[in-house]
Amino acid sequence: MEKLFQRLFPDHLIANPHYRSLARNMLLIIISVSMVPMIVVSSTLYLQFRHSYREKVNDHLSELVLKHKQNIDNFLQERLTDIRLMAARNGYERLKDEVLLKRNLELLQQEYGSVFVDLGVVDADGRQEAYAGPFKLARADYADADWFKQALKHDQVISDVFLGLRGLPHFIVAVHSVENGRPWILRATIDFVYFNNLVDNIRIGSTGMAFILNREGKLQTTPGARPSMSGPPESAVLQGLWIVMSAGTGDVRIVLREDSRGVENIYAGAFLKSGKWLLIYQQSAEDAFADLHWSFMLTTLIMAVGMASIVLMAFTLSRMVVIRTARADEEKKLMNQKMVETGKLASIGELAAGVAHEINNPVAIMVEEAGWMGDLLEETEFQESKNLAEFKRALAQIQTQGRRCKDITHKLLSFARKTAATVQEVQINLLIEDLIALSAQRTKFSMVEVRTELTEGLPMVRVSISELQQVFLNLINNAIDAMGNKGGRLTLSTRAHDGFVVIDVADTGSGIPAANLNRIFDPFFSTKAVGKGAGLGLSICYGIINKLGGRIEVESTVDVGTRFSVYIPAALGD
Amino acid sequence: MSLAKVLFVDDEVPFVEALTKRLTKRDLDIIPAYRGDEALKKLAEQTAVEVVILDVKMPGMDGIETLREMKKKFPLIEVIMLTGHATVESAIEGMKLGAFDYLMKPCEIDQLVSKVKAAAAKKRQHEEKIMQARLKEITLRRV
Repeated sequence: MEKLFQRLFPDHLIANPHYRSLARNMLLIIISVSMVPMIVVSSTLYLQFRHSYREKVNDHLSELVLKHKQNIDNFLQERLTDIRLMAARNGYERLKDEVLLKRNLELLQQEYGSVFVDLGVVDADGRQEAYAGPFKLARADYADADWFKQALKHDQVISDVFLGLRGLPHFIVAVHSVENGRPWILRATIDFVYFNNLVDNIRIGSTGMAFILNREGKLQTTPGARPSMSGPPESAVLQGLWIVMSAGTGDVRIVLREDSRGVENIYAGAFLKSGKWLLIYQQSAEDAFADLHWSFMLTTLIMAVGMASIVLMAFTLSRMVVIRTARADEEKKLMNQKMVETGKLASIGELAAGVAHEINNPVAIMVEEAGWMGDLLEETEFQESKNLAEFKRALAQIQTQGRRCKDITHKLLSFARKTAATVQEVQINLLIEDLIALSAQRTKFSMVEVRTELTEGLPMVRVSISELQQVFLNLINNAIDAMGNKGGRLTLSTRAHDGFVVIDVADTGSGIPAANLNRIFDPFFSTKAVGKGAGLGLSICYGIINKLGGRIEVESTVDVGTRFSVYIPAALGD
Repeated sequence: MSLAKVLFVDDEVPFVEALTKRLTKRDLDIIPAYRGDEALKKLAEQTAVEVVILDVKMPGMDGIETLREMKKKFPLIEVIMLTGHATVESAIEGMKLGAFDYLMKPCEIDQLVSKVKAAAAKKRQHEEKIMQARLKEITLRRV
């Protein structure tokens, strides 16, 4: 986060804790406000969809299993009916005739194909009286066979799958009849392969398979091997299934189970054969819910893209806002500075004027008193005093310093004065030329080369000539002072700019250090030696130009030079 | 005989006193006054006053107001404005109201004296002209 911040936001902004927290807060708010609803909506929709989709899949499986359960039940029931019919029609005695039995088997095989493998007539003791079929099972003894015991007790029986005497998996349907008071049993072997196919043909998707379990959890059919199948069902799972399915309700019961390899399977089961067998349909959950999986992936992808764009947008937006804010702050700061500057100068001006005025009178009195003492010293009685010269010198000094005070107070007052002196329309170029003539003596003395670049046809300005002379004489004097003894070049140029007449006073002097640049207009700010300048020149210039509705701009590079640009509003052409 | 009879009006007592001494030493006859109304009263009493040195900024009746009154009552009297201000406008206003000249405080004593002399001379010239006009009138009447 921090790194991303640094890469996305300009260094100088992010270094500022104010902007950093602004950016961070905005980022977090945007991200949370947009992401939370998106996540809530997406996950709610997804969960709802998953729920109904699962329901749909379950319903589908239930129906499928139910249908097949009925099919299989019907199949078994029909086979029983077949042989019951045969037993009833022929009777024990006739069926004992192996030729007739064989004839009957052929009839059945004609009707149903290879469903019936063989037929046998078994007497009450379990001995097979007659047999028709491919195996040599005549006279076989079934007295101990499970199915035989069942058949004696019940009307009819369908056995579990077993290997039996022939050594092949098969199961038996048998009907119990009574003739002449003796029970006898007609049994038929159902082709295991045929039956197996009947069950195994129930297939959906790539992992679906069906099989039948008995009460002990043993497979009654062999699920056909298929390339995509996860392998034969595990016996541990199968045993558990019987219990789970028994506990369920309804025709079809559905459970989810994980096998030892961690594959989650969905099992749909229905009891067959009056609850003795369990038809199970198994499919891996992943396969069954493949569409769900897809929609989950799609949702996740859309969410990821959405989140990425939200984050991107949040960054871009907060970056933009922070940059804008910073710019606005900067402008505000500049403006405040300017206002403070103006306000400061105005209040300093008033203060200075007040002080100047209050000081002026005492100074005047002191000067007059000193003058009076000087007058008195002229009297003859003092002429002999040995300190006469010293007295005179001291009084002269008082007068000189008094005059200095007067100069300062007068300058201060002119800095602060508000109303204009005689204002008239002036062509600035003429004024500049006059000024150059005025200061020619000084510039020559200081070895300063004066250049002018005056633009012709400038608008007139409404000013007081004397005030403007004061401004430019101050600027020119400063420029000459800045160039010192070495001399240099003073360039005075005039131009029009955006409703203003601009006069540039540029020198090649020592320049003003950046630290001093914003103080140069302050009253009493001076870098000249004590007594050389009161530090009021530029303050007065500022006051005068400000009053005219103009401004003064400074550009300065140390050791290269300084340029003052004085902006005076052009007079409207009336 | 003094060079001129001068009424000196300023609210700063020490200033008036010091300047009075100095001007007196320079052969001017000074009558001090410390307020505008006091100055007007003294003018009414002392008819021989030729020049008034008047401070612009005074509490109560200020210099400009006093000047206006003076010129109304004694139009021939010459007034020199003294201003602590560098404000040109009050001086200009004073001149418009008929002041002879203006000086900024603190001023050079010699400058002040010469202005007073000039003012007095002007006043005497005025008076002379008036006198001559009257004389002319009288002689013409006789003819």
